[in-house]
Amino acid sequence: MTQWSGYLGLILQGALVTIELTLMGSVLALIMAFLAGMGRVSRFFIIRALATTYIEFFRGTSIFVQLFWAYFVLPFAGLSLTPLQAGVLALGLNVGAYAAEVVRGAILSVGREQYEACTALNLGRWQGMRHVILPQALLVMLPTFGNNAIELLKATSVVSLISLADLTFQAQVVRSQTGSTLMPFLSVLVIYFALALVISWGIRTLERRMARGLDGVRV
Amino acid sequence: MEWDWNFVWEIMPTLIQGVKITILATVLGSILAAIVGLGIALARRSENRIVARSVGWFAEFIRGTPLLVQLYFIFYVLPDIGILLPPLVAGVIGLGLHYGTYTAEVYRAGIDNVPRGQWEAAKACNLGGRHTWTHIILPQAIPPMIPALANYFIAMFKETPLLSAITVLELMNQAKSVANTYYRYIEPMTLVGAFFLVISLCSVVLLRWLEHRYGRIER
Repeated sequence: MTQWSGYLGLILQGALVTIELTLMGSVLALIMAFLAGMGRVSRFFIIRALATTYIEFFRGTSIFVQLFWAYFVLPFAGLSLTPLQAGVLALGLNVGAYAAEVVRGAILSVGREQYEACTALNLGRWQGMRHVILPQALLVMLPTFGNNAIELLKATSVVSLISLADLTFQAQVVRSQTGSTLMPFLSVLVIYFALALVISWGIRTLERRMARGLDGVRV
Repeated sequence: MEWDWNFVWEIMPTLIQGVKITILATVLGSILAAIVGLGIALARRSENRIVARSVGWFAEFIRGTPLLVQLYFIFYVLPDIGILLPPLVAGVIGLGLHYGTYTAEVYRAGIDNVPRGQWEAAKACNLGGRHTWTHIILPQAIPPMIPALANYFIAMFKETPLLSAITVLELMNQAKSVANTYYRYIEPMTLVGAFFLVISLCSVVLLRWLEHRYGRIER
């Protein structure tokens, strides 16, 4: 029981890296999700095909393989990434592909009468999307986005394998330095779980706030 | 660095060794997940409040924490309390437990979907608890959930590369060792990615068929 506080500090440092990765990955995922999700309902075949290829590719191969590919293969193509950049890139693109399907599903779930109303009000396609469809679709997407964010948080543990000092990595460091196994891994598990609870709580709060004023319009 | 087909053929036998282990881990993990999921789903419906609550919390905890850390936990912590597991067994237990908490939700939804009349009919026929489950409820609940279960098994398949972190010699680990020996990352990593992509694309077809065959609920 000598320097638990020091080791705890190490683990908390790892937690910061995990949080940082989760936030940056989520931002990239959100951007990709809207680009690809709206691309899938585009009028133009090319855009639809591009979006579908992106989604199928990143959903079809595992995050681990994508991360290793980004970290080890891209340098040979002349694109060297730091572990953090590779991590954010792989996490964002991977989770973005899953979330893109959510965006598409939510946009398609908005009733046809809403589209007809847009036409009746003489709104252009983009205006209708921006002012009528998306505000309603966003509420449908939100709970699933929360799940996606938790999946992203859990996936960040994989970056420890490309030597980024996140929670999982620090747990391994503590294990190898102290020989104790239960303390590092259990505390890391608890921290991950607490972060997941924070995400789901945040999404629920956001959902309640956004649902305000939409009473009776949609569920 | 250029793509080298000779090198591809040279490393193919090693990679195929890995593929075998990957598939073995997926199959065993799926069987375990199917059993664990059913166990959790039944325990959560238990009359005993304490059992239902604690199993519910346990499942929630496992679902909110990364598989990688759970694998480390099983692999490093259990030996300290005298349970020494071979890597593959530890990996299968990790996969089965983690995805069991997901399949539990599928079972829950499937069981909830059995009409109440069936429960009442079972009671009217004077069937006991066990007989009601095995002869009335589960035979009706399980077929419609087969596509959703298969979906999780495919997701599990894509997570098997994580087993390489606990020294299981599956596809990813073989690819890594090949890459480290020859210091060529392009071919092994790309082949692993291509392998997962091909299997996932095939599984989409399989899922469609399963949905067509079992997905409808007959009333």
